[in-house]
Amino acid sequence: MIESFFNPEIIAAIWPIVLAGLLNTVLLSLIVVPLGLLGGLILALLATVHHPLVRWPLMAWVDFFRAFPPLVLLVLLFAGLPFAGLELGGFACVAIAFFLNTGAYYGEILRAGIDSVPAGQVEAGRSTGLSRLQAMTYIVLPQAVRNVLPDLMSNTLEVVKLTSLGSVVAVPELLFQARQAQSLTYNATPIVLAAIIYFLLLWPLVRLLSRLENRALAGRR
Amino acid sequence: MSTWDRFVETFFNAKVMVKYLPDILSGMVVTIELAVLIVLSGLFAGLVLALLRALAIRPLNWLIIFVVDLFRSLPPLVIIVLIYFGLPAAGVSPSGFVSTWLSLAFVLMAFSEEIFWAGITSIPKGQWEASRSTGLSFGQTLINVVLPQALRLTIPPLTNRTIAITKGTALGTVVAVAEILGQASSAVSNSYNPSPLMMGAAAYLVLFLPVVVAARWIETKFAWKR
Amino acid sequence: MSKPIVEAREIHKHFGHLHVLKGVDLEVAERELVFVIGPSGSGKSTLLRCLNRLEEPSSGSVVVDGIDMLDPRTDINHARQRIGMVFQSFNLYPHMTALGNVTLALRKVAGKSRGEADVLGMAALERVGLADRAGHTPGQLSGGQQQRVAIARAIALEPRVMLFDEPTSALDPELVGSVLEVMRDLRQSGMTMIVVSHEMGFARNAADRVVFMDDGLIVEQGPPAAIFENPTQERTRAFIGQIQRH
Repeated sequence: MIESFFNPEIIAAIWPIVLAGLLNTVLLSLIVVPLGLLGGLILALLATVHHPLVRWPLMAWVDFFRAFPPLVLLVLLFAGLPFAGLELGGFACVAIAFFLNTGAYYGEILRAGIDSVPAGQVEAGRSTGLSRLQAMTYIVLPQAVRNVLPDLMSNTLEVVKLTSLGSVVAVPELLFQARQAQSLTYNATPIVLAAIIYFLLLWPLVRLLSRLENRALAGRR
Repeated sequence: MSTWDRFVETFFNAKVMVKYLPDILSGMVVTIELAVLIVLSGLFAGLVLALLRALAIRPLNWLIIFVVDLFRSLPPLVIIVLIYFGLPAAGVSPSGFVSTWLSLAFVLMAFSEEIFWAGITSIPKGQWEASRSTGLSFGQTLINVVLPQALRLTIPPLTNRTIAITKGTALGTVVAVAEILGQASSAVSNSYNPSPLMMGAAAYLVLFLPVVVAARWIETKFAWKR
Repeated sequence: MSKPIVEAREIHKHFGHLHVLKGVDLEVAERELVFVIGPSGSGKSTLLRCLNRLEEPSSGSVVVDGIDMLDPRTDINHARQRIGMVFQSFNLYPHMTALGNVTLALRKVAGKSRGEADVLGMAALERVGLADRAGHTPGQLSGGQQQRVAIARAIALEPRVMLFDEPTSALDPELVGSVLEVMRDLRQSGMTMIVVSHEMGFARNAADRVVFMDDGLIVEQGPPAAIFENPTQERTRAFIGQIQRH
């Protein structure tokens, strides 16, 4: 059993491959999380324009990406665009797909955060001569982010987990590397190793979130 | 032929679409089957775990918390790959369908346990005391007084999470499940034309967009009393 | 004094390092109304909650209506039906109507059918003057009405003893009267009642006995007139004086 799931010899042989994957997963996360946040921020700021011509398309956009599986989006970009003469490569496709998909989720969260800041805060800021943009930047956003911090962190956890989809379009992240190592060794050990790495990497965040969420729900009555 | 015509010819090719429509439809059936199985078993298991946790048996609770944390930490695709490619080494060979179902059901179990549990603990102590003071047992209080209130609180976060996890059925394509994306991908490589992929994309929207819109409505209806 | 219906002996209660009850003896006769007063943190609410074992005493004995409440063989859920309790914060079930609140235990513990339970529940709501609000949920009722529904929920089970834990403290002043009136009615019907409350006026003209607690002990007890006009203990005097200044 240990031989096929946690074989020390295999670990010794393949750890550089898996380690390279871990590095790429971290790098990928460092790129797609800010990209998603940027997309979300754009959507959330657009949502402060309460015009129906902005509101309805925005809602449709968000609902579209909430309904659309991220893997389908990724495959559509990766396998569909070349037919239009546009060959982007796995990495660029992941970046675009995450910008669109996770941006929609971050956008919903940030919008809720902005909604949670009382209108009086903007009025107070404007009364001291701040512009709309300044009031948003210095007064509303800091409070909005603080109010929805657990949700933002929870979504970030999901985004990091989602980077494993990169393996489907040959981005050499942790899961991809582990599967390469698996096909070289005919042994499940590399995948188990990858799972353990994911767990050790994300467990602290999960623990923290579970505490924050329990408190949030209790406070919402 | 204009650019537009060429675009339509490539991405919305009528001949290809007609040919592969049955495949996409059968993929939809598989996706629906998977989704229903995942939602039913995942939510049921999550509720059972949350109720077991309410019994406050220390070692059992540590075990529940560990299992929940585990399935919240691991990417669903990693779990699917682990079950599908890993378990055969232990002498069990689940199909791609079963691997995807089990993996996503475990993930939904973990997330819904957290949400159910948060709902249960958010009910004030006074509700328990009032009920126990009239002679209701622990179990009767949990079922009749606490759970109905807790479930109402948990509906908005639960629907969102359930949708996000159920969309993961597309991951089944990695382990050769003939769901929508799997059918669409193989149709693309057979026809050298992306039209089936566009049909697949449309099929996902047909299935999930109504659910997302319904969730938005539920969210406003059951919104937290602030 | 006839044979006591409530007999608590040498009750001690620890919360971690806190020694909240330090050996309390309390006997209550049938049809008696006992008022428990004392500064906050004196242990009066904890004592009340030990009587129906919502709080587990660290040591001591509690016998209510001949039932040993602390005996592990006692079916605590059936014993609790004989002891009604009313809470400071009402604790009505927000997802049920007033009638639903009153009939839940009738159906689940007393084993009544829905029809029987509804008849008994309506009778209980009638007694607190809220039969016309049977279909309302707690959110649609005022605080005073909610507390009267909570009283109906307890008396519907025909308890032998009623415990009141600061029943009017969470109410706006103008709503207190309606709750006290229901309590007075109950008293006239011969209910045995133990009341923790700051309603000194009510204590003066309705209580048979006033018990003054401080620091986890009963300091002094006696008829209301004696306790209010001529307390023998310094601590009692100080407490009464403080209250009457306000």
